[in-house]
Amino acid sequence: MVKVKIEFSGGLELLFGNQKQHDVDVPVQEGKQLTAGHLIAWTRDNMLRERPELFVKGHTVRPGILVLINECDWELSGATESTISDGDVVVFISTLHGG
Amino acid sequence: MAMGDASIAAEAAALRVKNASLEREVESLREQLLALRAELGSAKTQEDTSSGAAEQRNGGATATTSLSTAPSSAPAPPRAAPRHGLSRAQVERYSRHLLLPAFGVAAQERLLRGGVLVVGCGGLGSPVAMYLAAAGVGRLGLVDHDTVDVTNLHRQVMHSTARVGQHKAASGRATCTAINPTIQVEAHMCGFTPANALELVDRYDVVVDASDNPATRYLVSDACVVAGKPLVSAAAVGTDGQITVYNYGPDGPCYRCLFPESPAPENCSRCGEAGVLGVVPGVMGCLQALEAIKVLAGVGDVSSKKLTIFDALSGRFTAVKLRGRSPACLACGAAPLLSRANLAAHDYVRFTGQPLDDGPPEDLELLDPRVRLQPAQVAELMRQQQQQQGSAEPVAAAAAEAAGPTTAEAAAAVQCRSTVFLDVRPQPQYDVVALPGVVHVPFERLEQRLAEVLALCGCSSSSSSGDGGVGGSSSGSSNGDGGSCNGGGGAGSSNGGGGAGCGVGAGAAASGEAGEQPAAAAAAAAAAAESPPRVVVLCRRGNNSQRVAARLAAAGVAGVTDMRGGYQAWAREVDPDVPLL
Repeated sequence: MVKVKIEFSGGLELLFGNQKQHDVDVPVQEGKQLTAGHLIAWTRDNMLRERPELFVKGHTVRPGILVLINECDWELSGATESTISDGDVVVFISTLHGG
Repeated sequence: MAMGDASIAAEAAALRVKNASLEREVESLREQLLALRAELGSAKTQEDTSSGAAEQRNGGATATTSLSTAPSSAPAPPRAAPRHGLSRAQVERYSRHLLLPAFGVAAQERLLRGGVLVVGCGGLGSPVAMYLAAAGVGRLGLVDHDTVDVTNLHRQVMHSTARVGQHKAASGRATCTAINPTIQVEAHMCGFTPANALELVDRYDVVVDASDNPATRYLVSDACVVAGKPLVSAAAVGTDGQITVYNYGPDGPCYRCLFPESPAPENCSRCGEAGVLGVVPGVMGCLQALEAIKVLAGVGDVSSKKLTIFDALSGRFTAVKLRGRSPACLACGAAPLLSRANLAAHDYVRFTGQPLDDGPPEDLELLDPRVRLQPAQVAELMRQQQQQQGSAEPVAAAAAEAAGPTTAEAAAAVQCRSTVFLDVRPQPQYDVVALPGVVHVPFERLEQRLAEVLALCGCSSSSSSGDGGVGGSSSGSSNGDGGSCNGGGGAGSSNGGGGAGCGVGAGAAASGEAGEQPAAAAAAAAAAAESPPRVVVLCRRGNNSQRVAARLAAAGVAGVTDMRGGYQAWAREVDPDVPLL
């Protein structure tokens, strides 16, 4: 199990029961590490309440969604291959366009 | 004689002081005059304002010297040559900036020499423009093609009630000039388009994206990359805000570096649909003004490669580190596809699948227009139904109405009703206004509550599984249905057996027919049934209602249609007392 703090914002929280912050324990296979890609799949299968097509596309998130791991753009740590460890904070944020 | 000299000298000194004080008064009156003329907003005034502003900017002290009319006979008191180009009026106006150790006169001069283009004069653009005008940015360009609407006023604080209907860019110019008549404010009422983007961006030093749609956001970013201008970008919807600076410094990313692929329209919530807490764009706009001032004045750390997220409800700001420039970026990468030559030809509407403004969505045509009901027809249907219910089964109906009908209660009541009015708007809209007797199931909850809705529509869940069965042959069953409900409005049908029975019947009868499009099927069903439709779906504008009607028809509901134009059309055509949300 990996303890992860997951946050949704920019309207994504509406797909997750309108709750922004979640503390979750994500199961991992013995000897394997949790990657951001796995976390997305697990989040979709275990946390998402509605309209999965607004959250995932293929093995990653939909265009327009930024993923931040410990307050850093996940592109800086390998995107879907980024390793998620105990205590990490993963934020899924939908980019906004209104003004 | 010495006494005489002394008194002359004293008199001269007194006159000098008086002269200086009068000059000051003239300057102050001049500024007030400029501001008042700007309020009048005539074309002539703009010329005056611009030339007045130009006079103030060029050389700084010109205004003062040209006004020194009375040549004093006494020698001027000693004064060091100014080490800056600010006029006395400017020194006074910006005095609190000049006093600030972190800012000072050099930074203020850079502001006064600079120009900022603000794309969008809405919730973000309002504070941006007002603060930049107040701060003394020498030239301010305001772009917006839209006019002021009353629904803008809770957040677009640059506009006023009296200016509803005016161009936002013109209203913005009037406000900014009133705040600071010594700067130049240019209103661009043509909007920001691929055709004029570079021409506009080229004329300014910094660009602020205060727009409200993805197509414009990609266009502004591309134009800034091509023209080499830093872009201060923010957005706000609901209670969330975001801000960053693009295309700044040696490796700052552009908008496309972060979002190479445009989000789908359904991933983009809009203020006109999702709502927005007025202060939120205000907060973000103030931060944009701050970043623009930092870029222009060369002060502080610019928010490049850094995204600040504002959560208004928790009162939390979070700053996150962003990637740098992407070598693969189409706009600013190693081998960019976008260039000065081809930017105008780029189709941003197609790229994003959304128009270059945040106007209402286009009217869909999913249902056959002949089947759709006009608001007046829906009104007549509701009137008839209320009369029938008055004579038929008052108890069940009253119970359902009193509680504010839940679907379960409505399902109980429906058996004595000929038509179900299904309101699929989001909860907040339903809370503001709803037609009497509607059953409320928000569009977003439809799939979740489908079984419940199908039962309500007289269609059992077993029949919904055979979803090819939406054919026109249901005319018989739907007629029979309507007949039994209308005619036998008494005890028999309100017992509950009837509804399920006719639902199954409809499904079974329809299942023979297959392969028709839902819209055509719904059309056929309603056309064949001379009786009123079983289900009328209502929404805000008449788009989601068609989606739901088509969905229900596909699931086996016979005689389902919608109200054209939704509550908005109802407000315009049937009941002007219903507010236009």
